[in-house]
Amino acid sequence: MLVDDLKEIAEKEKASHKAIRIHVCSSTGCISANSLPVRKALEAAVKATGLDHTVEVVGVGCMDFCGKGPIVQVVPEGTMYQQVNEENAPAIVAAIQAASNGTAAPADAQTPEQAPLDHPFFQKQLRIVRENCGKINPEKIEAYIAAGGYQALAKALLDMSPAEVVEEITQSGLRGRGGGGYPTGLKWATVAKQESDRKFVVCNADEGDPGAFMDRSLLEDDPHRILEGMAIAAYAVGASQGYVYVRAEYPLAIERLNKAIQQARRQGILGAQIFESKFDFRIDVRIGAGAFVCGEETALMNSIEGRRGVPRPRPPFPAQKGLWEQPTLLNNVETFATIAPIIKNGADWFAGIGTDKSKGTKIFALTGKIENTGLVEVPMGIKLREIVEEIGGGSPTGLPVKAVQTGGPAGGCIPASQFDTNVDYESLGKIGSIMGSGGMIVMDEDDNMVEVARFFMEFCMDESCGKCIPCRAGTVQIHRLLTKIRDGLATTDDLQTLEDLCDTVRNTSLCGLGQLAPNPVLSTLRYFRDEYTSRLRDTESDRSFGTVPVPGAMHTLSDLHSGPDGLPAESPL
Amino acid sequence: MAVATAGAKTPSPEGPAAGKHPSGDNRFKMLEATMKRHQYSPDALIEVLHRAQELFGYLEEDLLLYIAQKLKLPPSRVYGVATFYHFFSLKPQGKHTCVVCMGTACFVKGAAKIITAVEQLADVAMGATTEDGELSLMTARCIGACGIAPAVVYDGVVAGHQNAEVTIERVKGWLDDVSG
Repeated sequence: MLVDDLKEIAEKEKASHKAIRIHVCSSTGCISANSLPVRKALEAAVKATGLDHTVEVVGVGCMDFCGKGPIVQVVPEGTMYQQVNEENAPAIVAAIQAASNGTAAPADAQTPEQAPLDHPFFQKQLRIVRENCGKINPEKIEAYIAAGGYQALAKALLDMSPAEVVEEITQSGLRGRGGGGYPTGLKWATVAKQESDRKFVVCNADEGDPGAFMDRSLLEDDPHRILEGMAIAAYAVGASQGYVYVRAEYPLAIERLNKAIQQARRQGILGAQIFESKFDFRIDVRIGAGAFVCGEETALMNSIEGRRGVPRPRPPFPAQKGLWEQPTLLNNVETFATIAPIIKNGADWFAGIGTDKSKGTKIFALTGKIENTGLVEVPMGIKLREIVEEIGGGSPTGLPVKAVQTGGPAGGCIPASQFDTNVDYESLGKIGSIMGSGGMIVMDEDDNMVEVARFFMEFCMDESCGKCIPCRAGTVQIHRLLTKIRDGLATTDDLQTLEDLCDTVRNTSLCGLGQLAPNPVLSTLRYFRDEYTSRLRDTESDRSFGTVPVPGAMHTLSDLHSGPDGLPAESPL
Repeated sequence: MAVATAGAKTPSPEGPAAGKHPSGDNRFKMLEATMKRHQYSPDALIEVLHRAQELFGYLEEDLLLYIAQKLKLPPSRVYGVATFYHFFSLKPQGKHTCVVCMGTACFVKGAAKIITAVEQLADVAMGATTEDGELSLMTARCIGACGIAPAVVYDGVVAGHQNAEVTIERVKGWLDDVSG
């Protein structure tokens, strides 16, 4: 494979495109809304009208508007239809036929509703990472190459030294998109300077945060972009083997990723002497097995090695001693997907987007009680209010939006009063939440914050790997206290114990899961404290008389071993 | 002994027993092929367990011992890994599976009500299988279909925008099939 071959493939692919293409979303969201039969029906309708020499039906990735699937778009003209069913197919094709004849589209009751493309949901987006999503067939390497794919890799390999690639990423100001926000260039530089003849590049695709599906979508819609990002990273740090660790819950993503790796290998884009350079790189897929803690980098490495996914103490950091004790570069899917555009367009271009300390764009999965559900890629620094009220279109339930939950079980609830906060790593941290991987769940006045905190604590309790005591036992006790508060059985002392315990678990746990597990409790306590205090058993007057009820204030042994309803609870240890 | 249905004997570095299980069960041969592809490397344990569960439906103790022996791992390590990950099941699953997503978006949109409804209808606890082995009710920690919340996976097929009534209808269909 040479650079000229890339051009040839791209031209051949473009030449094979028919004048009009009907894009049908073929990703998980729309498939479960029946998009595959819709695709078949459209193909049949095109054939029936004899338009098949100018019109083709193409399965593409997600077109962002997941809540209203299946989505169909006619290109290059641009009309996007939502909630399309099989019966709608002839009407869509008839409209295309009318347009190409220059006549008005026939009135047909079966014409599906058009998606509001002038809505802020589409207009306020800035698609850099997701530029190909919903535009190309993700199962075809030629389609990716025709969209300019693998040119960044060629540029890096042929025109730049590894140190220059690292420098470019450092200059761009890109920070880890998995949630932590660690400067990517710094991480790369650390791995690059390690002395070892065996290094690894690992893509963390164990998107475990409930309510987040940005990474699933990238893997399904544009898998080659991730492979390209990984290959550039491998060249920069001197690795020759890569792994993508994907969750087993994403079967379609695994399928497309495997297909993409196979195609890239066949084209000589992965393997030995890529682009006739001295650079060799191969990628293998490792499938997770349903453990949330494996999203934590050291646990993930244990899992790749075929062990229980428990975290390791740091230092040594993965950059020094990672997989099989070798230097390992670990980045999130979205981070790798951002690499190719940075190399292609330059660090300055990327650094020009976003805020002072948070550069570029971020993809959010906007879900929950919101009018427009789906994926949105927005520049960093946008106000939360713009995302929730303009892009999201507010709550559909008639009740006002109460809060937005970001960062999954490690994040926090942001109340509506803080919606003028900018979305960047620092600002979100200041108000007690985190950027997280990008899940944004909107809640309305109907949602009880104690219940929400309890939901997340139950999650962390179940997902705690059990290696360190603060997390293993602490999450169980926090969950018990939250249950007690919810059921109206708790006292002021319980609330104090809850806060103390949150502090202990946060400061003494081994890995991020435990350290961040108290966040949902602390953030709801900070902004919705009255929802906790109004449920306490002892009232203000009780306390003024010094008659705080004793039961529950102290944990006796029998208390530890029985649930609030008197039934034996699970042992915390 | 059961009649051997496995294919012709092939010489193997693993000894005469390789590729052929004494029971004659062909699935062992397929499992062996996966292990061979990974060069019987202990690192491939999770891949091998995935394949084993795919073939056998669940991971029986004997099966775990067999894998341990083949990969030259202590049984404790294999058992430890198999029980650590939620995805692996050491008990047989029901004929039909109903997995209710309990991700945040689904939770906010009422997934808990769906679970309660199915629990009552089929008299089965969450995470368990009905006595007749017809239905397993499970929850998932977010299947990434948040745009169409609440989502339920019926026998491996994701369905979006579900509610208690729709799910009950579907599960009833399965249960009625048996009694009818």
